[in-house]
Amino acid sequence: MTGQAILVAAVQVGVVVALAPVLAGVTRQTRARLEGRAGAGVWQPWRDLRKLVAKAPVRATGSGWLLRVAPVVLLSSSLLVAALLPLVGAVSLPLVPDDLFVVVSVLLVGTVAVALLGLDAGTAFGGMGSSRHMTIAALVEPTVLVAVYALSIPVGSSALSLIVQARLDSSAVIASPVSLLAVLALGIVVLAETGRLPVDNPSTHLELTMVHEAMLLEASARDLAWLELGSWVRLAALLGLVGNLVAPWGIDTRVSAAGLLLGVAALAGKLVVLGGLLGAAEVFLAKLRLFRVPELLAGSFVLAFLAVTASYLVG
Amino acid sequence: MTAVQVGLLSQVVLAAVAVAVALVVPAATRAVVAGVSCAAVSVAGAVTGALAMAGQAGSIRLPVALPVDPVAFAPDRLGGLFMLLASVVGVAVAVYGIGYVSGPSASRSSWAALAVFLVGLQLVAAAADVVSFLLAWELMAVGSTVLLLADHARRAEVTAATVWYAALTQLSFALLLAGFAVLTAASGGTGFDTIGSLRPHSAAASVGFVLLLLGFGTKAGLVPLHVWLPRAHPEAPSHVSAAMSAAMVSIGLYGVLLVCVRLLPGGPAWWGVLLAVLGAASALYGILQASVASDLKRLLAYSTTENVGLVVLALGTSVLLRASGATDVADAALTASLLLVVSHAAFKATLFLGAGAVLHATGERDLDRLGGLGTRMPWTGAAFGVASLGAAALPGTAGFVAEWTLLQALIHGARLGDPMVAVVMPLAVGVVALTTGLALLTFVKAYGIAFLARPRSTEADAAHEAGRTMTWPMLAGAAVVVALGLVPGPVAAALATTVGAAGIEPVGLGGIRLTGLNALLDPLALAVLAAAVALPVLVSVARAARRHPARATDLAWGCGGARVSPRMQYTATSYAEPLLRVFDDALQPTRDVEVTHATESRYLVQRVEYRQRLSDVVEVRLYRPVIGWADRVGVQARRLQNGSVHRYLGYSFGALLAVLLVVSL
Repeated sequence: MTGQAILVAAVQVGVVVALAPVLAGVTRQTRARLEGRAGAGVWQPWRDLRKLVAKAPVRATGSGWLLRVAPVVLLSSSLLVAALLPLVGAVSLPLVPDDLFVVVSVLLVGTVAVALLGLDAGTAFGGMGSSRHMTIAALVEPTVLVAVYALSIPVGSSALSLIVQARLDSSAVIASPVSLLAVLALGIVVLAETGRLPVDNPSTHLELTMVHEAMLLEASARDLAWLELGSWVRLAALLGLVGNLVAPWGIDTRVSAAGLLLGVAALAGKLVVLGGLLGAAEVFLAKLRLFRVPELLAGSFVLAFLAVTASYLVG
Repeated sequence: MTAVQVGLLSQVVLAAVAVAVALVVPAATRAVVAGVSCAAVSVAGAVTGALAMAGQAGSIRLPVALPVDPVAFAPDRLGGLFMLLASVVGVAVAVYGIGYVSGPSASRSSWAALAVFLVGLQLVAAAADVVSFLLAWELMAVGSTVLLLADHARRAEVTAATVWYAALTQLSFALLLAGFAVLTAASGGTGFDTIGSLRPHSAAASVGFVLLLLGFGTKAGLVPLHVWLPRAHPEAPSHVSAAMSAAMVSIGLYGVLLVCVRLLPGGPAWWGVLLAVLGAASALYGILQASVASDLKRLLAYSTTENVGLVVLALGTSVLLRASGATDVADAALTASLLLVVSHAAFKATLFLGAGAVLHATGERDLDRLGGLGTRMPWTGAAFGVASLGAAALPGTAGFVAEWTLLQALIHGARLGDPMVAVVMPLAVGVVALTTGLALLTFVKAYGIAFLARPRSTEADAAHEAGRTMTWPMLAGAAVVVALGLVPGPVAAALATTVGAAGIEPVGLGGIRLTGLNALLDPLALAVLAAAVALPVLVSVARAARRHPARATDLAWGCGGARVSPRMQYTATSYAEPLLRVFDDALQPTRDVEVTHATESRYLVQRVEYRQRLSDVVEVRLYRPVIGWADRVGVQARRLQNGSVHRYLGYSFGALLAVLLVVSL
């Protein structure tokens, strides 16, 4: 059992690392095509990474150890999330259950690492990005945890593999209003956490509106590569989770070679579909003003809260 | 004589020795000798506390001529836990004080007061009846007030802070006296065991509960009784702030726990709701104020209110759940409250000691004038950073374990279909989550602005690392934060036994299992998994670093906008600005912007002056009117005393008449 769980975790990490840049490529390509551009192709993020790793980083004197450590911490935390979440197989490690509270806090480690990186450079833009990033992270938190609460009610546990398993066993749970509200709230949270539109524009380099990019300004070469890969892995893992909550079919529950292959294929399919949808949606969305973001998040909190109370009223 | 008796006696004797030493030893060697003696008091307390926590009994009775139950000091398991907690903080504070004190805080009276304060803290936890409890409580209050006054000659704010502190301490004492009096009258005895036999659903129990809750809440810093915290913590010498925040506030919480667990266990559901509401309000208000504060110690003081709020929230849900019959979840919530107390003591003591080291090195508390201390004060920076992670409740630290346990208890609470519980729990989850999120921002700000980036003032630029007696206690505190975060299982199990909570057991590599809730957390196993996924990353970093070594440049890029002047950086004030705008209504800041235009054209700006003031809304809205009213009454009352002997004789006659009337009726 332990061996199987470790195998599943290792497969998940490998698959997500391989797919995450492709996912980023798919969203960009979809967007480019819909906007009437040719686009650079879905493999471009992989080429970017290869180029970045083969360069010598430029670091300002006075920038501390954080510039070296924070990218590694972000990437490792994203990989840990990929290992914990039920993406390919719904089996959890015996001592490290895929508890959603733990997953959320591991994500926060990455968030904090990037925020500190933004402050470390001692530039105006880094501080600005860091400040906005943490404000959004703080306001997202209630929605995340209440959505987790709502998802945990039907199974009486916050362990994700149990939640996904329950959805696989009875698809009525998926279409219940409680679950729809919770997944919708979680979806908004994923957009905010991964810095997508309408909260942050991932493709902007307009100084005064950027959030995530502003913190990475001082990173170059491999530091930048880890940061980019880390945020792509985070996006892929969270989209994979949303995919498995909405459509759990294909996930491997009894570990076998065929099952794992099917699981990997299902995950890749879900990610490509979700990535395409995300890219298409971003064509039609404008970035919200920073001070309108709390309203969006308050709305998503209400959805999550309704999900919890509805589960006691509707059953 | 039992070991606990010896321990209790030795604490009192050592405290007397420490006071004598502080008064006698000349200034040159006073810090070392008095510091070591104060530490000895706390070491004795730590040993006694640990023994009592393990279940050993022993008591000291004071001979009194009053017709009350025996006046005794006899710590039970819960008392032992808090004695241990206060003592460990005490040892760190006393050792740190050796290197830290200078000027007024190194005086005879300050060291003597520290010994009195520490022994008072430790004895409160040992008290077994009302009289001994209040005696020790006042010892603690007196010691802390004298310590707080240390620097009053140089700074006027110290006097103001002490007046606020002393007034609220006396308010707290009066409320406790009233509460205990009600309970004693209803139960017929002053011993805690006698009071414990009182029926919690009686009216007297409810009155006593509310009075005691307010009294202990004042000491613990619950909103709206928290106003002394943000004044007293910044003005006290830093080692005293650490003792106040980590030990004295915990003793205030011990009082609340004493009421809920030992004196009046099994109270009605509305007690739980009252506790939860007070706790939630404190947690949110405290962290909101902390997140926008720029004074490092004020920030930490407000964060204390936040943590106290979380503890009381956990306790409240525990009382509520017990009243609705969910015993296993109630036990988990109760254990969560103890875990929160212990983790708060560990990281807050470290943070205040760290703030003290910063103050010692730079003379600055204002985050807007700090920066770049991480390279100048590496040990302080490391300890402060780890403790900040703990305060932000990130995994691998004590704070995370405590909040995880609380969240698990909250999401399992509503199984029973009790509508009250079904509304309280999701709201509590929301409050805990928002608090966690804002705490994250607060401590990223505190650490990032003070220890990263470039120094924002010459004082920060010239900072130096603190001495060994200061760094060791900080590093020890940081080590405790990490140890509790990685191996929480045995600690949580030990904490659960002090309040008789079942269903919390160690599992795996020192993890926690909540058996009734079917939940499990093993941080060490999580750390192993994290190391396993980080290993390939590290290997590729090492390979890339060998092939392509880094190049250094003079200046950060900053989109081409970086200037040499460190004033271009973000400050603590600007960091919290978006949040301040979002919570504008709750925080009500006042801003002045003055723009001076050039004489040639009003389109050219010569100078912009920006001023922002943040005041405590509760203080302005609640306390100022009350103080103003009391002032007016005082002025009116002066007319009663015009110096005329005839009038005073008239008063005496009237009073005598009234007494006779009352007696005859």
